[in-house]
Amino acid sequence: VTEILLDCRGQRCPLPIIALAKRLPTVPVGAVIRLLADDPAAAADVPAWCRMKAQEYLGEVAQGEFAVKRIS
Amino acid sequence: VEYTGVHAGAAYLDAATATPLHPVARDAMMAALAEGWADPDRLYGAARRAAQLRDAATAATAELLGVRPDELTFLSSGAAAVHAAVLGGLAGRRRAGNTLVHSAIEHSAVLHAAEPNESVSVGVDRLGRLDLDAWRTAVKRNGVALASLISASHEAGTLQPVTAAAEACAEAGVPLFVDAAQSIGHVPVPPGWSLLSGSAHKWGGPPGVGLLVVRKGVRWLAPYPSDDHHRPRPQGALDLPAVVAAAASLRAVMGEAAAEAARLSALVGKIRATVAATVPDVEVVGDPVDRLPHLVTFSCLYVDGEALLHGLDRQGFAVSSGSSCTASTLRPSHVLAAMGVLTHGNIRVSLHRGTTEQDVDRFLAVLPRVVAEIRAEAGM
Repeated sequence: VTEILLDCRGQRCPLPIIALAKRLPTVPVGAVIRLLADDPAAAADVPAWCRMKAQEYLGEVAQGEFAVKRIS
Repeated sequence: VEYTGVHAGAAYLDAATATPLHPVARDAMMAALAEGWADPDRLYGAARRAAQLRDAATAATAELLGVRPDELTFLSSGAAAVHAAVLGGLAGRRRAGNTLVHSAIEHSAVLHAAEPNESVSVGVDRLGRLDLDAWRTAVKRNGVALASLISASHEAGTLQPVTAAAEACAEAGVPLFVDAAQSIGHVPVPPGWSLLSGSAHKWGGPPGVGLLVVRKGVRWLAPYPSDDHHRPRPQGALDLPAVVAAAASLRAVMGEAAAEAARLSALVGKIRATVAATVPDVEVVGDPVDRLPHLVTFSCLYVDGEALLHGLDRQGFAVSSGSSCTASTLRPSHVLAAMGVLTHGNIRVSLHRGTTEQDVDRFLAVLPRVVAEIRAEAGM
């Protein structure tokens, strides 16, 4: 599985979500983006974005590290 | 209505924070300023006139709420009433335990009051409605002194299952506190609660008046220094002219509540439908039907909430936001997070008796462009 690290630490929401939305179309379907974000809104907004954009949210795999799988 | 970029006229759409003063409140306050300045607890003519005003305001408000006058106390704010309800309700049941069960979407005044105590948070679904099964389990636990449920979400507008939650509390022998600040004057509050709070400036009364109802037989103990430990009292002198104005405006507001609820609910329905249709990548949250009549919340992907507030303010629209960048704590709204909905780019629009359909139409005409401009700046 292709894994891409996207470091958005220090960025305030919605910047990490914008970075995620811009990066996702550039990775192959099935790839996993590991988004590092320390903004407190990320824990709510990453899964909400995945739901709105029909991508798979794999969870907060470590503190401040959110895994998103491109499925479409 | 076409968006022209010209300031077509301001519209205040943040009634859930503070509702413009009802004209009846203004008149009542001016009259009470002349008669209600004395300390109502003293023994002379001016004091007796003030006491008459206080007693009349208390009796009128109690009747409107369907409670006994001696169950109702005016306090210095809605937050003061919430704190008195939570802390006094917990103190009165210390022998039963010290745990507060509360919904995850309570007003922060409840959560702050709960902080020094044991507490159990009960979640909500995606629409912002209480998980009743989890609630029933939570209130049955040992050591639960009090349960707290907001009557309707102050951020999402979703009405809460107060009747069923109260039944679960009654079965468990736990008193229920209902924070009804967003419901009073708009929609009836279902019965079954033991303590109730409200806030006058949410219904068109003046700021600085809260109300607390403690039903007969409910154990309440003053959580702060007081002459009377078993009955809530305001801390310091009551703003009696404001209390009189609060009572007068509540009577006026409740008299027109059914008609206003129908009118405002239709406008909220229009906002919900139009925003979803005209703003791409938007999530309109809360229950579309079983909701407060005057309040709607939505979140726009890739939009900074603070920039959205400023963009709308420049067009003359006053609204509020649950996004982290607009909060003093820089944390996102705990209500939106508990619902599992988007927290950034969030706007809460709340209407009042002065809101016209033209206000709403102008807002709906301006919003898509304001959102698009912020997205364009972010390269989205």
